Amino acid sequence: MNEASPARAYALHLGVIALLFALSFVLPEYYHGLLARIMVLAVFAMGYNMLFGYVGLLSLGHAMFFGAGLYGAGLAIIQLGWGVPLAFLGGVACGALLALVIGLLALRTTGVAFMIVTMMFAQVFYLLILYFAAWTGGDQGQVVPQPARVLNFGATSLDLTNPTVRYMTALVLFSLVLLVMLAIVRSRYGRVLVAIRENEERTKMLGYDTFSNKLMAVVVSGTICAASGAAYALLFGYVGSSFASVQYSILPLLWVLLGGAATTLGPLIGTVFMYYVIDVTSGYTSAYLLIVGIALILLVLFFPKGILGSIRQRWLGWLP
Amino acid sequence: MIETGKAEAKKTDALRIAGLDCFYGEVQVLYGLDLVLYKGEVLCLFGRNGAGKTTTLKAIMGLVPSSAGSIKLAGQELTGLPAHEVPKAGVAYVPQGRRLFAEMTVAENIEIGLMARGKGKAVRENVLDLFPLLRQRLKQRSGTLSGGEQQMLAMARALCLEPQVLLLDEPTEGLMPSMIAKIRETVSKLREMHVSTILVEQRVDAVLSVADRVSFIENGRNRETVDVEELRADPSAVRRYVGVG
Repeated sequence: MNEASPARAYALHLGVIALLFALSFVLPEYYHGLLARIMVLAVFAMGYNMLFGYVGLLSLGHAMFFGAGLYGAGLAIIQLGWGVPLAFLGGVACGALLALVIGLLALRTTGVAFMIVTMMFAQVFYLLILYFAAWTGGDQGQVVPQPARVLNFGATSLDLTNPTVRYMTALVLFSLVLLVMLAIVRSRYGRVLVAIRENEERTKMLGYDTFSNKLMAVVVSGTICAASGAAYALLFGYVGSSFASVQYSILPLLWVLLGGAATTLGPLIGTVFMYYVIDVTSGYTSAYLLIVGIALILLVLFFPKGILGSIRQRWLGWLP
Repeated sequence: MIETGKAEAKKTDALRIAGLDCFYGEVQVLYGLDLVLYKGEVLCLFGRNGAGKTTTLKAIMGLVPSSAGSIKLAGQELTGLPAHEVPKAGVAYVPQGRRLFAEMTVAENIEIGLMARGKGKAVRENVLDLFPLLRQRLKQRSGTLSGGEQQMLAMARALCLEPQVLLLDEPTEGLMPSMIAKIRETVSKLREMHVSTILVEQRVDAVLSVADRVSFIENGRNRETVDVEELRADPSAVRRYVGVG
């Protein structure tokens, strides 16, 4: 947190959004799909960052919130025949409700126990997906049919399978969540969250109900992750159990650590970095994960606070 | 408890503790502790390490649960309140070791204090008037302040709550003499502002210079409470309970 003028912070974020918009006209079509996927997953990372970066709670169960949005939206279309807007809202609501329940239970713990409890809940969620395979498609997953992934506005319609529409839809979601995150971080509530991260007992001693504030953070975080999952199902047309596996709980942690925890743009930078390192290195060798690992070690050594976190610490203290 | 302080009957209670028992797990730390803080006075808790001074402050704040007894703030029962409700009732606590929000600036630390009870600019100015040094450091990260400045900021943040009762746990610990003098000066000013203060202190000179009364805590009990004038005249109690002086 810093004393940066709001104008400078908002200008930077609007600049990033404008850059992503401009890239859609410059980049080849292959990158449209990749960047749309990155933006949706960056939303997932932003949701994770809300809890990990700003409150200091390390969860290993956020895949369940992403999965709740993914399955909530996907199954609403596949099984219930809902339209895109309702399915999206349904997915988000599933994530929000799940986050509320998980928050009420998991926030009775802290530290390592919180990490384990969230991971266990996520495993239960993952196993439930496999158990109800008749509905969810189990480990095979299900394809969301292309004709159902169309947004109708009276006479006109938007086909979410169209690469340009998909890119722009992902950009709209990313932009909204980014600006909401910036507003939260700069708000009084955001400052209280940072105070909790710094010293929860002291925050309580100033008269703040830290449990309620943390619960709210879990719900907001889970809702954002669910929005990302719902968007993923609608834009990329696939719901699968792998998205609810523990790997998808660790990935946002990595993205946030790489980009910079408790920075608003760090999740995007971390997601872009990981995706492109994997994309580029996998073209040269099948042992690309080794190169990714070395890149991660170098980053941790030279940028211990993540890319943007280190930049903020060393040069640009005003970065939100 | 032996109350030898003068004119007890004429004074109004700011905080009254009666028969307080507290445990850390299975271990009892406070044994039927009785303590009275009068409005506008500085009461010093004095005693050896492990006597129960800090536990008393934590019990008042609801950080250590009590199994028996009562803690009343101007008649309002505090025992059983969630810890975050105690500051709202009017008690502020500056713990040992300051515990600032190190990543935040001085201004942000103060703002967090102000926000807690919806206090505005006027309170901020009053608090900064008490600690003029902090005005020059508003944009500095609090973790980079000196020990004395950190103590001032911790007190300033607590005073943003405009408390009726202020609890200070060893505020001069590890500070250089000039800073100790400033902290003492501030405590004296707070008395003039009618803030009732409980001060945990290990330094005899500090106790004698700022306190109105002194309670000697030993083995989780308040053994004796005396006026500081009496203590100056006859410091034998200090020798008796702490082994110095």
